[in-house]
This record gives sequence, structure tokens and C-alpha cells, in this order.
Amino acid sequence: MRYTDVICSFCGTLCDDIEVVVEDNRIVDVKHACRIGTAKFLSSNELEHRLLKPMVRKNGKLVETSLDEALDRAAGILKSAIKPLLYGWSSTSCEAQSAGIELAEELGGVIDATVTVCHGPSVLAVHDAGYPGCTLGEVKNRADLVIYWGSNPMHGHPRHLSRYSIFPRGYFRERGQSDRELVVVDVRKTDTAKIANRFIKVNYGEDYELISALRKVVNGGELREESVAGVPRKEIIELAEKMMNCQFGVLFFGMGLTQSYGRHRNIDNAICLVRDLNVHTKFVMQPMRGHYNVVGFSEVLGWQAGFPYAVDFGRGFAWYNPGETTANDVLQRGECDAALVIASDPVSHFPRKSVEHLAKIPLVAIDIHPTPTTQIADVVIPSAIAGIEVEGTAYRMDSVPLRLRKIKEPPEGVLSDEEIMRRLLARVRGAESGVQELEVRAR
Amino acid sequence: MKLILKNGFVYDPINGINGERMDICIQDGKIVEDVENGRIIDCSGKLIMPGGVEIHSHIAGGKVNTGRIMRPEDHIKNVFPKTGVTRAANGYSTPSTFLTGYLYSKLGYTCAFTAAMPPLMARHTHEELHDIPMLDKGALTLMGNNWFVMRYLKRGDVELAAAFAAWLLRAAKGYAIKVVNPGGGEAWGWGRDVRSLDDPVPHFDITPREIISGLVKVNEMLSLPHSIHLHANNLGRVGNYVTTLETMELADGAKPARERQTVQLTHVQFHSYGGDSWRTFASEAESIAKAVNSKDNVIVDIGQVVFGDTTTMTADGPMEYYLSSLTGLKWSNRNIELETSPGVTPFIYSKHSPVSSVQWAVGLELALHIKDPFNVLLTTDHPNGAPFFKYPTIIAWLMSAKYREETMKEVHRAAQRNTTLATIDREYDFYEIATVTRAGQAKSLGLSEKGHLGPGADADVAVYDINPEEVDPGRDYRLIEEKFARTSYTIKSGEVLVKDGEIVRVVNGRTLYVDAQVDESLERELMRDLDYYFKRFYSVNLANYPVQEVYLTNPTPIKVETGVR
Amino acid sequence: MEVTLITGRTVAQGEEMEKGKIGEGFKRACAVVELDPEDMSKLGVHEGDEVRVETGVGEVVVVAKRSRDAPHPGVAFMPMGPWANAVVGEGTASTGMPPFKGIKAKLSPAKGERVLSAEELVARVYGRE
Repeated sequence: MRYTDVICSFCGTLCDDIEVVVEDNRIVDVKHACRIGTAKFLSSNELEHRLLKPMVRKNGKLVETSLDEALDRAAGILKSAIKPLLYGWSSTSCEAQSAGIELAEELGGVIDATVTVCHGPSVLAVHDAGYPGCTLGEVKNRADLVIYWGSNPMHGHPRHLSRYSIFPRGYFRERGQSDRELVVVDVRKTDTAKIANRFIKVNYGEDYELISALRKVVNGGELREESVAGVPRKEIIELAEKMMNCQFGVLFFGMGLTQSYGRHRNIDNAICLVRDLNVHTKFVMQPMRGHYNVVGFSEVLGWQAGFPYAVDFGRGFAWYNPGETTANDVLQRGECDAALVIASDPVSHFPRKSVEHLAKIPLVAIDIHPTPTTQIADVVIPSAIAGIEVEGTAYRMDSVPLRLRKIKEPPEGVLSDEEIMRRLLARVRGAESGVQELEVRAR
Repeated sequence: MKLILKNGFVYDPINGINGERMDICIQDGKIVEDVENGRIIDCSGKLIMPGGVEIHSHIAGGKVNTGRIMRPEDHIKNVFPKTGVTRAANGYSTPSTFLTGYLYSKLGYTCAFTAAMPPLMARHTHEELHDIPMLDKGALTLMGNNWFVMRYLKRGDVELAAAFAAWLLRAAKGYAIKVVNPGGGEAWGWGRDVRSLDDPVPHFDITPREIISGLVKVNEMLSLPHSIHLHANNLGRVGNYVTTLETMELADGAKPARERQTVQLTHVQFHSYGGDSWRTFASEAESIAKAVNSKDNVIVDIGQVVFGDTTTMTADGPMEYYLSSLTGLKWSNRNIELETSPGVTPFIYSKHSPVSSVQWAVGLELALHIKDPFNVLLTTDHPNGAPFFKYPTIIAWLMSAKYREETMKEVHRAAQRNTTLATIDREYDFYEIATVTRAGQAKSLGLSEKGHLGPGADADVAVYDINPEEVDPGRDYRLIEEKFARTSYTIKSGEVLVKDGEIVRVVNGRTLYVDAQVDESLERELMRDLDYYFKRFYSVNLANYPVQEVYLTNPTPIKVETGVR
Repeated sequence: MEVTLITGRTVAQGEEMEKGKIGEGFKRACAVVELDPEDMSKLGVHEGDEVRVETGVGEVVVVAKRSRDAPHPGVAFMPMGPWANAVVGEGTASTGMPPFKGIKAKLSPAKGERVLSAEELVARVYGRE
């Protein structure tokens, strides 16, 4: 069976032109996807690398068990916790996220997603300054100046350049690449920088200064310094003029800005730069979002709870204070007394201090394959792959929502993340209504 | 479920019922002539209206959520913990989806249309509508800057434009054609705007005038339930009433295919300004009202301003940028390929500001100068003029000259000097209030089963704790404000959802969308063109564009036979 | 030798992550530190040699790799993963974001020392198997 228009559920680029051939419930061919996307589609075949059976920890070892027992144990852990942390969410569907938010609200827990360690600072900057953006088709059709700053899409988003930004022909850019200019700003000459028309090497941790220098030029000021952030004055003025004189410019930015010194202040300044540029021309920006549905999480939590990440339901309503309610802070303060991790691997990707607390508390892990996080969990529940084995919704990095397709059956007995969440919710609620009944009888 | 609402004072303008004391009978979610053994709800001394119908409110979709995400401060100050019935909810000018449903229901509303859905983002809009409980709902679908629409109209192919509009409503699961700053949205792709009906749209060689006239024709060819829903050019600009008057003339470009207008000019308060600078900013509401009074094919909704902090959001990207450059406040924008360009920025309407004060007066002037209340619908363009839950305050202003006078004393004297509001002594009665909050909306939208309480109507009813024989709204305006804010009962599809101002039951309503079909060969021609354009210029494949029905709660297609060929 | 350590995504890391994080491929992709060639000669290590990375919070042994993005003297890069995060610092400066980039680190040659697998690393550092 050949499927066309399949959506790749790996990165925020969310390519929707993939062709996949499935025979006997095995993916035998993948066309148009990048290396990582292809690996993701093909890995669904390799059951030896998948989690297939639920497991619970007994006498210090994870042992296989029934789904019901695993769900009961998981619900028990979450329900008896005072402040559980529900973390992950960026590599699953909005439907699962929605059910997860309901679970967090029911439990009075903290819910946070990988936003917290990627573009969390960008979100904080948006709170300050707003966010002038566009959909990626606008870039394809109009952009004549494309800047990647602190972002290396050749590695993180391999088809970003060919689908949206540099290589494609657009309505007003009929000749594709030759109608556009690519500028890369980074601390290293990355593979993306190597194909750029211009590479600007900025000193590590001095992006804020470089942005300020550009703003100074854009706003008509005179730049007196010989160089700023390791970039000579002449280059800064040239870049600023290029930005002011283009017809449609776009600034893509990545973790090089959000994770380095200055964090949200870097982004705040970059937003102000884009705003300044709009006095002269059309300019937009776009964070390079990593996980394929990290945007979806912020959207769903946004419309349901009013905030984009790091929400604490402990008070019965949504409380949001990044730096306090963010996953790493909750963990490093040793505040949560249980955790549920879904579709994410914080043991690999969180700093040691956070993981040390995670290792101390009861942990439920839901994933498609074993990871260092499932390795230290107390309950492990295997799940089906959204976009391959189950349908659902995902939001591209520019917030365009797409419907993920199902192209093959999940392994036997393996449920979707959404279904796992629904069953956990039912178990958590069921017990609660039991408690209420007891009280009524006692009265 | 059978119900009898006993002995209330009923206001049902569509059926000409003006405060008669009578029983309303309900069976199987519908109003019926009579019912046996129904549960009786005693409504004596209470006021009964059809469930409120919201015709223009930004309640769901990308820019609403952009507003939420951009403004955490908006969600910390209006907070409701979860209860046994309701979810945790928050938000002031951009309430969470749950809160949106709860608050509308408490006001006695049972149906709401979100004001501006970009088709590419329609799935998002429907995901949010899905999470708005308590209401039937639908979405006005943006077409005024759509490349296909502009291309087809430019080459004079109105039939293909109509086929496209019909397809787009089906694909986006939309209800009506929405036009926002026609041409200006596309120009904003280059950081520009159009400033008159005859400014050409860059690269498309078409004018706003041609887009509006063309879409009026398309809408009537398709015989859609609603007219085109038009946010005119030059919103919020000093002296823009000239553009507004010119735009009204375009309504006569086609005969209405149904018993309704051909153009609903939306949030017209923002389009009724005179003067030639912010210093001389003045009301031209009277000129606009005069034009509405003299025309058969145009109705308006107000877009009333209420003082306070809010979040402005519209598909009019250049206007949001302009506004944020005036205030210096944070600004979000998202140009959407081939379709539109929404923007969002916070705003504070201050009683100390001459401009805000005039804006406040302009909305009320419009409502009071336009004679037939079916031609002037109550909206705040939520949240642009104010959050929708300020309706009770506006109702009180409309019903009480004294209340207006009291407020006038608190605001900048420009409202006194540069508007006619202080000279108006008209006061709305309950019949007129029922018209501008539900009957008029239902009529404009072509919803034959909403906005009235005749047999066959949806059993959507609002019961307010107001005794019209005892209350004098002109004097008791505080009471009016209080009682319209929380119903005694809100009944939707025959179920009691609100009792004494509290939510007692949470339900999912229906999602209405228009399913208009055109001739097959025309459709084939269209699909060939769409296929070509999507492959080259969209960033998503055509196959991934249409919204699946699974996103809709109780999907309810409205079939329309168009005969377009 | 003192360096500024940056951690981040690579295409190989992404690919291995999707294949499943337990195994040799994941270790090959992520248990590395990419160094400027000049820094490598100063440190006296060659491509493929083991290097010890130490920061205020801990240490980890990984394999040296010549950076393809050089020159960037004084800046070392590790792909995100359990090896990198064993040395990423504490706190978030009240932003929620840990210091994944710009960590002060000390490098020293550790030729012949064993590079732990992800499982071994997790078991050793966090005491769970």
C-alpha cells in the first residue's frame, strides 16, 4: 500500500509530502523524508528496539506485567502524590496533550513540556515584546533575505531550507535560491553557515551586543565601536543595511540564542530589532522549533489553561511562573514527589541535578522505545507512534495545524498516548468518586 | 426532556411578541406548541428571551491564542478554580475556551460565531471551538485577501470565484464569507496597506472595490445563509467614515438571494470617525446611521467600546501594527500565506483619553441613531472594543439616558463636544434589546431555528430575573446591568445549563458549517487550478488542507443548493 | 585546558534518538566532544582519543572529535544526551532554562579510559538499573 501526503512526525518542520510504502504492516519504502525522518519511519518496524510490554519495578528490577496492572500502579503513584510533575508532551498528538492537561488539572499537578528547555526563553520574550511572524509559505513566496541565527537547520531541521526558506521557488521568487540571500550568524561555522552567502561569526555569549549594534544602525544611530561581539563595524553596518533594504526578510533563530548567555533577553532584543525593521520594510521572525508538536502543546495549554507551558494546577486553577513552575526548577528544588514522563527523555536531556531528583521519586514513563528515562522508571507503559500508528493533530513550528495520519497498525496491545491518558484519568477519577461515596455514607 | 417555562414575560421580536405573559413549552430540544407532563419552571415575574446569538466575537483560533500566549497578565487576574462541574478557567480579554463557554452561557447566550478564521489555520479554530462548551458555534471564513479570490475576480470569472468560495467553506468547515481590509491584508505581505477603495493591491492589479463587489455577487450567487461579513478598509483611521459610506454603496451590487441584507458591515463604530488628525478626531456616527437608515441592503454591528484593558486582534495586520506603533505596546503578527495577515496588540480604553471617550460615544450613537434595531446588532467585536461579558453594561447604557449621562460626566469632555450622544434621549426597551442581541443576529445569519421562540425553534432560552412591570430600566440601570450578567436560567436544546447564575451542566453544542455545492465541471476546473497552486505556492499539500469532521462537535452541515455553473 | 562548552543537537544524534537510545550507535553519536584542531594539539589528543570533561557538577569521559565547524578555539561542543548532561550546570537563573550552553569546563586527556554506555552512565550516576 502506497501512502502519499504523509506527515513526518519528527521535527517542527512537519513535512507533509512524504510517500510511504507499507507491506504486511512493515514500512518498506520512504520517499522525500530527510535522514532523521526516514530513520523514524523505518524504526517503527524494528520491534526489537521498541517497548512492547508494560513493566513495573519489583525488588529493584523492571519486570513485565499486564497493562491493567501498569495503569493501576501508575494511577496509584500519581494519585498519592501531593505534587506530581507531568512532563514531556512535545512528541505526541494534541489529543494526548489535551487529555494530559485534564489529568494534571485533576491531580493538581505541574505540567510542563520540552518547551522549557528549548524555546521557553522565546516565550518569555514574547510576553515582553510580542511576536511578529508569518507562516512558512510566506517565506517561500516572498523572502529575499533569510537569516538563521544560532540555528543549524542542516542538522536540526534538514528539509527546512529546501521546503521553505532558501531553495524553493516561490510566487515572487521564481528563480528560487538565486532570488534570495542566506546569512548565518553563529559561534561556529556550521554546515548551514558553509552554504550561506554570508557567515557572521559572533563571539560566544555576545549575541545580545550584536543585536543591539544592529538596532543602533537600523534606528539611525552611529556605531563608534571598531567591532562588537567579534564582528567588525563594517560587517555590522552592511548587515543592517541589507536587512533594511530587503523586500521581505526573515530571521530564523534557534537554541544558540535561547540557551546561551542572556537567554530570553536575547530574544526580546531580536523581537525589537524585527519591530524596528518594520519601519523600513517587511520583516518577520520564526523560532526553529525542535520536536514536531512542541508548538501544539503551547497552543492546547494556551487555550485550555491560558498559559503556554509550566503550569501548576496545585491551587485548583492554572498558576504560571517560569523559573518557579518550570520542570527543572521543580525538580532541582526537590519539590515534586512523583513524575509522569511521556514522549520525552529527560534523563538524557536534563542536567544531572534535575535527574538526581527524578531518580529519587516514583516515576511513570510512557514511550515508544526504551530510553535512559524508561530505564530508571518504576512503571513503563509502551505507546504507539503518533503519525505512523495513530492519527492526531500536530502544529508546525509556524503554528499551522496538520492532521497526522495512521499508515500501519501499532504492535499488538500497544495503545496511543491519548488512550493511555484517558485510562489513567478514568482510574484517577474513579477512585476519587469512590472516596466521595464513602464520605456520603459516613454522613 | 420536557419543560414548561411558566408565566414569564416573553420578548420574541421575530414573532412579534412584546412582553406578553405566556408559557414556553419545550420537547426534545425544540420549542413546541404544547407539552404534556413537562417539568414546570416557574418564571412569573421574570423576563424570557430567546437564547442570545453572538454574531461577531474573536473566541477561537490562532490570533486569540496568540493573544493568550502573549499576555499571561490577562490570565492571572480573572481566575476560576475547577469545580465538580466546570474545568479550571481563566482569562479576561482572552478567556480560555472553557471560560468563554461558561461566561456566554451565564449571559444567556446559546450560540456564537467566531469572527475571523484563516482557512489554512481552520483546524486550529475548530480545535478551540471543540473546547468551547455550552454553545452552538460556527466560524466566519476569511476570503477578502485570498489569492484565488483576487485572481478569479480580476479576470471576471465570478462563477469560478463562487466555486472556490463554496469549496473553501467546505474545506475549512466555515459558515460565511468574511472580508477583512480587502486588499490590505495582501499588501501587508510587503509591509504596506491600501487606504482607499481604489488603491490597487500590489502585484494583483485589483482594488478593494472590485474585491468587495465581486464577493457580494459570489455570496448571492451561492445564496449563502449569511451575507458577506465585511470589515471595511481604514479601520480606526481618522476621517475613515468617507470610506465607510463609499463601501456601503457596494451592497447594491447584487440582489439579496434571501430575506436579509447583502452586506453586514461589522464593528462599524471603528469606521465612523471624522476629523483630520487625532486632535480633531470626531464622531461621524450620524452620517453612518443616516446611510444605514436609508439603505435596504446594509446592516451593521456596533463594536462598542467599554473602558478598560483589552487585547485587540484582527486579520487587519497593517492596522494592528499601526496601533502598536501608536501605543508602543507589544505586538504580534502572523502573515498567512495566500490568505490573510492577522495581528494582535493590547490596548487600554481610558476615560481620560479624548479618543477613547469619543469611541465610546460613537458606538452608542450608532445604536441610538439607527432606527430599526434589526439593522444594528450589539457586539463589542470581542475583545477589540471590550470583552463580551461587558454586554450587560452596554444594554444598561442603551436602556438608560441617565446612565449615559452619568458616564459622560466621568469621561473626557471630547465625548460631549465631538459627538451627538449627549443630545439623544432615546432609550431601548426590552423588545429592542432582544432584537439587537439575538433576533437580529439570527436573521442576519439566516438561522431560521434560532433567535426566536416559535414552535420549531431550537429550545434555546434565556430567563432573566427582571420583572418588566416593576423595573424602570431608565432609572434602575444598575439592576439591569446586574441581572443581564447572570440568568436565572439558561436553557440550550432543552437542557438547563445555568441556574441562578451558576453553571449546573456542561454540554458540547453543535458546529454549523455551510455545505454549498456547485456544478461538477466547474468544480473540476477549480480543482485543477488548486492542485497547480498548492503544489507551487502553499507550504502544505492540498490533501492535508481540508478540516476533517472529527474536529467538530456535533457537526451540522447546512446544505445549500446553489445552481452555480 | 579550560574551554567554553556548548551542547546541542546534531543530525546523527537525532537519527540515533529515533532509532532508540539504547545501543552503540547512540553512544557513537553522542559520547563525543568536538574540538578545534588547535585545541586538540594543545591538549595532546587525536581524533578518537578519550577525553575527560569536568565541570562544577561532575565529570564524564567521551571521545575527541575534530570539529568540522572550526576555527573556534576555546569552544568545545557536545551533542545533547546523557553524557553532555552529566556535566551541565545547576539552576536556571529563574528562567526555567538550564545552562546548556556556555559552561566553563576543564578538558584533560584520558586515553584508554572506558567510555560508558548510556545504560552504564545512568546506572552509575543515578543508581538505577
